Amino acid sequence: MPPASPAVITGIGVVAPTGIGRDAHWQAVLAGKSGIGRISRFDPSPYPVRLAGQVPGFVAAEHLSGRLIPQMDIWTHMSIAAADAALADAGVEPASLPEYDMAVVTASSSGGTEFGQTEMVNLHRKGPHWVGAYQSIAWFYAATTGQISIRHGMRGPCGVICNEQAGGLDTLGHARRLLRTGTRLVVAGGLDASLCPFGLTAQLANGLLSTVDNPQHAYRPFDADACGYLPGEGGAILLVEDAAAVRARGGRAYGTVAGYAAGFDPPPGSSRPRALRRVIEDALADAGLAPDDVDVVFADAAGVPADDLAEARAITEVFGPYAVPVTAPKTLTGRLYAGGGALDVATALLSMRHGVIPHTPGPVRAAPEYAVDLVLSEPRERPVSHAMVLARGYGGFAAALVLGRPA
Amino acid sequence: MADPFGMTELTEILRTSIGLDADVRFDGELAETEFAELGYDSLAMIELASQVQRRYGVRITDEAVLDQMRSPREAVDFVNSLLAGKVA
Repeated sequence: MPPASPAVITGIGVVAPTGIGRDAHWQAVLAGKSGIGRISRFDPSPYPVRLAGQVPGFVAAEHLSGRLIPQMDIWTHMSIAAADAALADAGVEPASLPEYDMAVVTASSSGGTEFGQTEMVNLHRKGPHWVGAYQSIAWFYAATTGQISIRHGMRGPCGVICNEQAGGLDTLGHARRLLRTGTRLVVAGGLDASLCPFGLTAQLANGLLSTVDNPQHAYRPFDADACGYLPGEGGAILLVEDAAAVRARGGRAYGTVAGYAAGFDPPPGSSRPRALRRVIEDALADAGLAPDDVDVVFADAAGVPADDLAEARAITEVFGPYAVPVTAPKTLTGRLYAGGGALDVATALLSMRHGVIPHTPGPVRAAPEYAVDLVLSEPRERPVSHAMVLARGYGGFAAALVLGRPA
Repeated sequence: MADPFGMTELTEILRTSIGLDADVRFDGELAETEFAELGYDSLAMIELASQVQRRYGVRITDEAVLDQMRSPREAVDFVNSLLAGKVA
């Protein structure tokens, strides 16, 4: 087999609390403009968590036909809008390509929660005959992958990855694998939108959400006063293609998927170390890079002190204390679950393109014992050749992705 | 007397529970066009049958919705034949 041509990301579609569209998101990130606010989708006053990152001004009818809207959850509406934007950004016309050469692999951690809540209310208040037929597909984790596949005639090896916040990165690792076995392009990335009473209640169960009611202080990863994280909705859909094929059509890439690794933590109480450090090392090895080749780390940034410490240790054990800039612009959106890693990848690609490391609004100062160079207060202008994105999913998932500037 | 289940009622079900483009009106040729051609799959048909059953208290089998309600016109006629039978 000839050496594989690199997997490159050629299209970015963003629907996030920072805005709809790549440029709106990037401008908000540079300006530190937060999408965190009081939950407006329903009355959050009886809940211990009342703040979240919400997508401003998303109107499904602006993105898809009325014939489809009642059949899907808002998470699928948003994902379809993001997928359309990613394809347009890349200048790819799916109708012009063989349908079995194109695949869709998205990440989802909640599925269609809001749709499901409505139908469960119908079930319990009125009875089984009142549950709509579309409940059978709309709630399902694979619904978004399926709807994007149908919309664009993409019948290659499709799938969905469900492992909470790690999934957005894992779709890119999987996309690279599919390109190596002959798939021409993959619609990847992830998105979640679970800000309904049922969705929020499910998220509360792990006890890690911040109950602080001040939007500026509620989610402060790596800060000495970190107090949990806020939830958010949205994410990013990314188009992944074979670099040689992109060159052949005269297309432009944001960056390469240079390295990737995934891991899983040992059970609680085990003496074995958590997976993140090994995942970072494996991703670097996969990329053929040394730690000092990496110009920035986009952190998972749990905002939970024990998890922040574990992440800081994993970073400093590989890179050294204060050796690499660490940032977490996700404080502007909250943790987006399946959308979190995918949106961080979008941000990291734009960081490479523009030569700017975005900052982490929220934390006042990094706790000194973490020994990380947390990018605070303002963006840093400097060339970024390689960016690493980290993500951990609740329950033990860990993933690291290394992005490189396109050749 | 107008039929109790007409194009207005059918359009309302499609718009709220199944999906309908904003400017669609089922008159003329469109009323005779098969649902499949209009982009509605078997799941849409099952939801249509389910909505009609709930709202009008008639029973529609899966076979009937697929074989005898293939277009908006057929759907309206078939449901009205059921309603007429129910009254009689």
